[in-house]
Amino acid sequence: MQHTAITLIELGAVFFGLGVLGRLAWRIGISPIPLYLLGGLAFGQGGLIPLGGIEPFTEIASEIGVVLLLLLLGLEYSASELVTGLRRSWLAGLVDVVLNASPGAAVALLLGWGPIAAIVLAGVTYISSSGIVAKVLGDLGRLGNRETPVVLSILVFEDLAMAIYLPILTALLAGVGFLGGLGAVGVSVLVITLVLVLALRYGRYVSALVDSPDPEVFLLRLLGAALLVAGLAAQLQVSAAVGAFLLGIAISGSTAANATRTLAPLRDLFAAVFFVVFGLNTDPSAIPPVLPFALLLALLTTITKLATGWFAAGSQGIRRMGRARAGAALVARGEFSIVIAGLAVGSGAVTGELAAFSTAYVLLMAVLGPVAARVVEPVAQRLVTLRQARR
Amino acid sequence: MDVTVTPLPGLGTQQEFTTESGRRIGVITYRDGRMELIVSDARDPDKICAATDLTGEETSTLANLLGAPQLVRQLSEQQREVTGVTTWQLPLVPNSPFDGRPLGETEMRTRTSVSIVAVIRDGSVLPSPRPDFVFAGGDLVVVVGTAEGLRAAGEIMEHG
Repeated sequence: MQHTAITLIELGAVFFGLGVLGRLAWRIGISPIPLYLLGGLAFGQGGLIPLGGIEPFTEIASEIGVVLLLLLLGLEYSASELVTGLRRSWLAGLVDVVLNASPGAAVALLLGWGPIAAIVLAGVTYISSSGIVAKVLGDLGRLGNRETPVVLSILVFEDLAMAIYLPILTALLAGVGFLGGLGAVGVSVLVITLVLVLALRYGRYVSALVDSPDPEVFLLRLLGAALLVAGLAAQLQVSAAVGAFLLGIAISGSTAANATRTLAPLRDLFAAVFFVVFGLNTDPSAIPPVLPFALLLALLTTITKLATGWFAAGSQGIRRMGRARAGAALVARGEFSIVIAGLAVGSGAVTGELAAFSTAYVLLMAVLGPVAARVVEPVAQRLVTLRQARR
Repeated sequence: MDVTVTPLPGLGTQQEFTTESGRRIGVITYRDGRMELIVSDARDPDKICAATDLTGEETSTLANLLGAPQLVRQLSEQQREVTGVTTWQLPLVPNSPFDGRPLGETEMRTRTSVSIVAVIRDGSVLPSPRPDFVFAGGDLVVVVGTAEGLRAAGEIMEHG
């Protein structure tokens, strides 16, 4: 029983510490994700205080964290929103892919990490953190702004792109080769199309299957369904995360709203464990050597996201200040970049340096994103005044 | 009126229109039923400068407050056939001589031949007030009569 006592004390200390960090983070106006990563770094191998005995719990908890992250992401959208979002933003979405995936891929190739690492880092730099972006837009009172629907539909496009990207990545990481990869792509595209059609036509049946007026029964059915679908998807090489995401899309209406309310605290808990575990598995001493590249990439991908937002908002006839706001809103990277890096590092198919690199990159971008969104207006205003003064 | 409906994926729907002065005014309806009133910035129409959450009761109060001219327009529409008769809404300012006094004491009908057809108070419409109806500061008094009579009625409401 001695062992259990130590595990409980360690877990308690970790959760309590994360609670303090989380409060601190939103207080100073940044996302808590980088602080969770730092917490993990501090406690992990080569960190300040190595923790032992909590792995059996944290390992499965972080898996559940990823499943819940994606499930709630899917719950946020209805299938019809995804379809209209896609129709509205496909051009801006493509610009987003090209501008923001290529810097990551290029840096991985430059560092000599190979093509698979290039695909991983492309994903890491491509995807904005919809969690941070939505929170920041809400906090800054910009939900009614004209550029906000543009920003949101780009996020929708990115999330759908994730549903196609993750199965491909899982297949590549498993080393199935080109043909096998192609097969995985085929299967995943087919499954996604099928689920979208099912959700559009028969979403209410899926909802009815998990729905219950009793909160306890509802929670158990929901979590059970999510883990079942995620597990089955993983078995089919489609990635557990995508399975959960698709289930989230299929659940609709009031069931989805209730599910979000029920699961959000659970998601926050398990996702926090996921970030800590990622930090735990990263050797802090591996960060300094890759830091210059991470900084360079952070700077570059800040500019490319600014350009993406500028282009997307511009094509909707929004003025310059709104275009700048749209770009800055998209800068934050966070949970999904870590999900991608976590999958890659967990599979062992890429160099361990990639974990350190991704941690450093997300640390920078999760802080830089909210700050960029906040300062973009005063900075742009300053630039305009300076230019007028020079004239 | 052109009302633009924009979906906000993951959040809800935004409905808005642009005023003649170029400002956007609208309502965001969230998934959970919350409503928010938004008004765009005068210098940057893409940006909102004011946003406020409204409860269900508050939205209907606001709708009634803004609905007063609508009521007046409806009444005018009905009287279009009758030449020389119009509908006005007269604000009863606080501290007016009739603030806190009953409608009958204005002797409006006798003095100006104008009829008081409705009173709008705190966002709700009180139709056909009786002579014992007591005015309060801030009431909007809807009156029907000739242009001359209405001017006189305005004078009475203001100065007694």
